[in-house]
Amino acid sequence: MPSHTLQAYDEELKFLATRIAQMGGHAERMVEEAVAALVNSNDALAQTVIRNDRVLDEAEREIDDKAVLIIARRQPMAIDLREIIGAIRISADLERVGDLGKNIAKRVAAAGQTQQPAKLFRGIEALAELALTQLKDVLDAYGSRAIDRIAAVRDRDEEIDAKYTSLFRELLTYMMEDPRNITACTHLLFCAKNIERIGDHATNIAETVHYIVTGSQLPAERPKEDESHTVVVAGG
Amino acid sequence: MADMDNSGGTGDGRQGWLGRLLAALAPGANGGMSADRRAADDQATSFGHISAIDLADVVPDPIVVFDRSGAVVHANQAAIAAFGAFRLGSSVQLKFRAPEMQALLGAVLGGEAGVAPIDYSERVPVDRLYRVAIRPVGTASGLFAMTFRDHSEARRIDRMRADFIANASHELRTPLAAIAGFIETLRGPAKNDAKARERFLGIMEEQTGRMARLIDDLLSLSRLEMKSHHNPSDRVDLAAVVGGVADTLTHLAGELGVAIERDFPGHPVFVAGERDELIQVFVNLLENACKYGQSGKRVIVSVEETTEGADVTVRDFGPGIPKDDIPRITERFYRVDIEASRAQKGTGLGLSIVKHILNRHGARLTVHSEPGKGASFVVHFPAAG
Repeated sequence: MPSHTLQAYDEELKFLATRIAQMGGHAERMVEEAVAALVNSNDALAQTVIRNDRVLDEAEREIDDKAVLIIARRQPMAIDLREIIGAIRISADLERVGDLGKNIAKRVAAAGQTQQPAKLFRGIEALAELALTQLKDVLDAYGSRAIDRIAAVRDRDEEIDAKYTSLFRELLTYMMEDPRNITACTHLLFCAKNIERIGDHATNIAETVHYIVTGSQLPAERPKEDESHTVVVAGG
Repeated sequence: MADMDNSGGTGDGRQGWLGRLLAALAPGANGGMSADRRAADDQATSFGHISAIDLADVVPDPIVVFDRSGAVVHANQAAIAAFGAFRLGSSVQLKFRAPEMQALLGAVLGGEAGVAPIDYSERVPVDRLYRVAIRPVGTASGLFAMTFRDHSEARRIDRMRADFIANASHELRTPLAAIAGFIETLRGPAKNDAKARERFLGIMEEQTGRMARLIDDLLSLSRLEMKSHHNPSDRVDLAAVVGGVADTLTHLAGELGVAIERDFPGHPVFVAGERDELIQVFVNLLENACKYGQSGKRVIVSVEETTEGADVTVRDFGPGIPKDDIPRITERFYRVDIEASRAQKGTGLGLSIVKHILNRHGARLTVHSEPGKGASFVVHFPAAG
């Protein structure tokens, strides 16, 4: 970061970046724990995740307030301005990631009602691993300002979408096999969707980081690959 | 003393820096301040001609040195290997985001003394667990050294045990149930039927074989997971490895009525890797291609150099893999067709093993398939470093 005559200004910018990193760490942890709670039917862990969401909400509000204050007081330009706008955007994305994690945690009890095949949970776990890798990579890029891996993040989002579509189909099959599975599978379906959305937020953050560092936007949005809207159950 | 460039601009003299770093890193460095000081002076005199940077680099545990504002002053080689490159001067709080790390760093940078070590774990890309301690470097340098002790191994052994029990009990139940059933029959209704006995014993042998293969695969998968955070450094000639694998599988392919065709460059193609593990990768891929693509009658294996490194492609002309299954085939026990997998003596772990080995090599697996036209598995290796 370039330094300013006013050291306090530097401090303020650094505060924003540190706060974003903290939010990122919390969001990653929430998703990790929510998925672990889901896979192991751990209600206590799920409750912790639900409680922890407050931290992210507060952090987002704090970053917003601080950012507005800096803009009003310092009238930032160029990289500084992008830094501040970027912080506002990323904190909004991270807050959503936290909400999605919380939503998964809330479904733990309902999804664990009936015994589901381990294979389903492994699918969800693998999906979550992809999304978490995405999140980690973009947050690492934010911390190091190294944008060389940003493009890869967007590419890998396709992998998440493909896996999500496959899980979607599998869940439908289970529901058809035995209607008693419907409650749990519907909840798992939402969980999978939430994880897929986390990947989308990671992609948003990737775009924001690219914008902060270079001042230019990444090329327009790639076509969506989530094809679950086309999935139907044949012969049903 | 031409190595002043890395000192991070702390303004400290080289010897003071070194001495204080050493004192902070020395075991039991929590003693009195004055003792530290004395130790620092002693060591500064005796090691004066070595740079602290060089010294920190030979320590196998990651060490990150930062100043009072949290700006990174130095990260040793082990730290870079474990956490990726550090930008000197960037905030250490941006690098370690986990809530417990933030709390630890916050306490230290907030001026708290004697902050207790914490456990820090990372889940992706590989599971790791560290015991992290931060100690001030000397008394007046204003620097802090953060040291990481790797406890991943212990944790992985725990997890391996849990996973093994879960997977093994689930997957071994089927063959075990079959064997139990046949034993019952042999004792009861088929007691004096020599023909049935022979047949049942045959099936039991098959089932125990399956159990043994399963255990072998589970063990090799668990072993791989245990060392997945070490990157292999040997140089391996892909053409030789893949060629050797193709040779050993010619017999099996012949039995299945499949011809293995090769498309290799005339010269060696080197990548960084571990020979035995890469052999396992290509045995698994080629065997799969021969077994599941048997109806295509031929399998093409090719090695080629690319701009990014090297690609190995195994292509079969069998029924192909349904599009929806492709993203999932590397998951443990995921089988596209359970019957076919059983018939081919598959354990459902082959591609998981492939994926783990490739992860460790920094390589990627992509799968293309068109139903009815076969499938191709492409392994992309990064260039040898």
